[in-house]
Amino acid sequence: MSEVQISACPACVAAPAAEETAHARDVRDTRFVLSLPAIYCAACISGVERELTKQPGVHAARVNLTLKRAQVEADEDVSVDDLIGALTKAGYEAYELDASAISATETDRKGRAILTRIAVSGFAMMNVMLLSIAVWSGASDVTRDMFHWVSAAIALPAIAYAAQPFFGSAWTALKARRLNMDVPISLAILLAGGMSLFETMESGRHAYFDAALSLTFFLLAGRYLDYRTRSVARSAAEELAALEVPRVTLVDGTVISIKDLEKGALVRVVPGARVPVDGIVVEGASELDRSLLTGESLPVETSVDSIVSAGEVNLTGPLVVKVTAAGEDSSLHRMADLVAMAETSRNKYTSLADRAAQIYAPTVHLLALAAFIGWMVATMDLRHSLNVAVAVLIITCPCALGLAVPAVTTAASGRLFRAGMLIKSATAIERLAEVDTVVFDKTGTLTEGKPELANLKDIAPHARSVAMALAAGSAHPLSGALFEAARAADIVPAPVRDIREVPGQGVEGMLGDKTVRLGRATWLGAVGLSQTATYLRIGEDAPIAFTFVDHLREGAADAVASLKRQGMDVVLLSGDAPAAVADIAQRIGIEAWDAECLPEAKALRVAELTRSGRKVLMVGDGLNDTAALAAAHVSISPASALEATRVVSDMVLLGKSLAPIGEATRVSVSATRRIRENFNIATLYNLVAIPVALAGYATPLAAALAMSASSITVSLNALRLRGKS
Amino acid sequence: MNVLVYLIPISIFLGGLGLAGFFWSIRSRQYDDPEGDANRILTGEYDDHPKS
Repeated sequence: MSEVQISACPACVAAPAAEETAHARDVRDTRFVLSLPAIYCAACISGVERELTKQPGVHAARVNLTLKRAQVEADEDVSVDDLIGALTKAGYEAYELDASAISATETDRKGRAILTRIAVSGFAMMNVMLLSIAVWSGASDVTRDMFHWVSAAIALPAIAYAAQPFFGSAWTALKARRLNMDVPISLAILLAGGMSLFETMESGRHAYFDAALSLTFFLLAGRYLDYRTRSVARSAAEELAALEVPRVTLVDGTVISIKDLEKGALVRVVPGARVPVDGIVVEGASELDRSLLTGESLPVETSVDSIVSAGEVNLTGPLVVKVTAAGEDSSLHRMADLVAMAETSRNKYTSLADRAAQIYAPTVHLLALAAFIGWMVATMDLRHSLNVAVAVLIITCPCALGLAVPAVTTAASGRLFRAGMLIKSATAIERLAEVDTVVFDKTGTLTEGKPELANLKDIAPHARSVAMALAAGSAHPLSGALFEAARAADIVPAPVRDIREVPGQGVEGMLGDKTVRLGRATWLGAVGLSQTATYLRIGEDAPIAFTFVDHLREGAADAVASLKRQGMDVVLLSGDAPAAVADIAQRIGIEAWDAECLPEAKALRVAELTRSGRKVLMVGDGLNDTAALAAAHVSISPASALEATRVVSDMVLLGKSLAPIGEATRVSVSATRRIRENFNIATLYNLVAIPVALAGYATPLAAALAMSASSITVSLNALRLRGKS
Repeated sequence: MNVLVYLIPISIFLGGLGLAGFFWSIRSRQYDDPEGDANRILTGEYDDHPKS
């Protein structure tokens, strides 16, 4: 299929490379899906694609910037870890996603279906409107009837196709004995179509085909805006599962899918890899980075008989793990269940639009019914009474209501996007406006989650260069930070020989005839400090401590100050040790804090606050925050968070700075005010239009004018939000 | 007024062409990655260095 399209494209003849690109677009039988959370620009796209296609065995790679993903098609023997490694080396953060767990095509199809319906109704609306203008400007008798017939021929099939989403939703609501916004919409569209057809057959003067179509068109447009904001936020539980490493390496070297793994199997975890299962270590010693699961900033020592959980990252030595739980039962999966549970509770939020619909739908039906009965009693003319009832239904059209919320949400999203914040949930702005308590996570949110060497100045030059040489031999985060700091200070590494890593302890090497070691306090016989530190011992000299602080994220203090100025309570919940949390809380000006929180405990604290009547905004980045993020009234995560965490959040900070959070709460308050104003505008306009319609003076021209006027007013009011800064 | 016999079908046909074009653009997945497409125009990769 793609072949035919491509040769039909004249530009492709001129640029053969474009044809290649077009091929890549249709990557079939995708083998890998990679998540690329940090890409944002044209250079990233070409960089990632170039890097991927350079790898041996890769046939095609296509980046989707909107979803921040790459699809890769490659030979059987290509390992996804090599691809991720190559990307990481080139500076692009990458994670593997389980392709089978992502139903991306499913949601795409939905979006395309709405677009198709918009196109059909828009096409029909324009053509019918042209014919209607002829009627309104005075076409009469046979000409008018012919125009009405042509309109009917275009409008009825178009309505039957394009308005299906409204009919479907209205039918479901009616079956459950409820009224939603789609019931009056469907009724108005159906009655307008039916009445107009009848009038056309009877050579009547008024036909409402154009009104029925523009109603469909405007409402579908609103629905598409809504869908777009929602589709960015895919089901969080789905992606959490997709993030779990789908393959494991057994002790004998065979690679199998995690689905086929049985309890008691022995799994090898190499340094740098994520632990794929819950289990017990039976061989090896290492350190594990648990920050994503628990928020601890310090790596944890592991040796034989230690318990490990899926999602932790192995840092230094190879481990053999005996499986106690895999896949469905693993802790990562249980976290996903927690999120799914928390999400259903949040779905109970009724948006302003829904609340308006609850008042609007019954009122409109009663009004139309009253008009019908009133005119029947007064004139006994069935046809005229029906016409008036239909006019009432059409003229009270919820166009303004249908656009009132999406237009404001789109304008507010646009403004916050420029400030560096992506809004994913349609109701997030409304919910954010109600917030009175803000809960922050520490590691990776208020801090950058990266240690920074604090006392380089206090250390003798010789020790500095020895430490630098040793640090270069280890992948440990503290070594990395030490090495970076030393390099920034233009220190030349000492000529240390035979550097080797002692798993779980540190690095050692030979300098001249002395043994030099860099590592844990206990290993070197040093007295451990209360803060994050690593120790250096040259020969038998006294150990020297290198202390580290967690670097505060840019804008963190501003954000906290701004939130406090807006009268909100700020709380810090962290999985880290008390000393580290207290230090950060004090530096940033937060009085209420809690340390050593388990993921469940965080979610519980948030739920507790919610029960006591607070509306909580949760800001966090780790997997350990996901449950709390989902339980909060509204949630924000930084772009550096894992995809899974960002998926649960209502908003994502695109830049490094936390400062936009203060701005976001302010914008959300004024956006909510705009939404209320829009509802008032719609009501006001109905107050004028309904009496006219009830009196039987409404014409199709009046209906078309009123509908367009109110829709434009509402959209313009929403746009006011963009300009002010 | 007889001219309408031609004009109405012509206008509907032209509109239909636009509609068909839009269907084609949806079917060939031109709305799957709007951000990526907006950015790709900025890369010199494809036209300046034809690979074949």
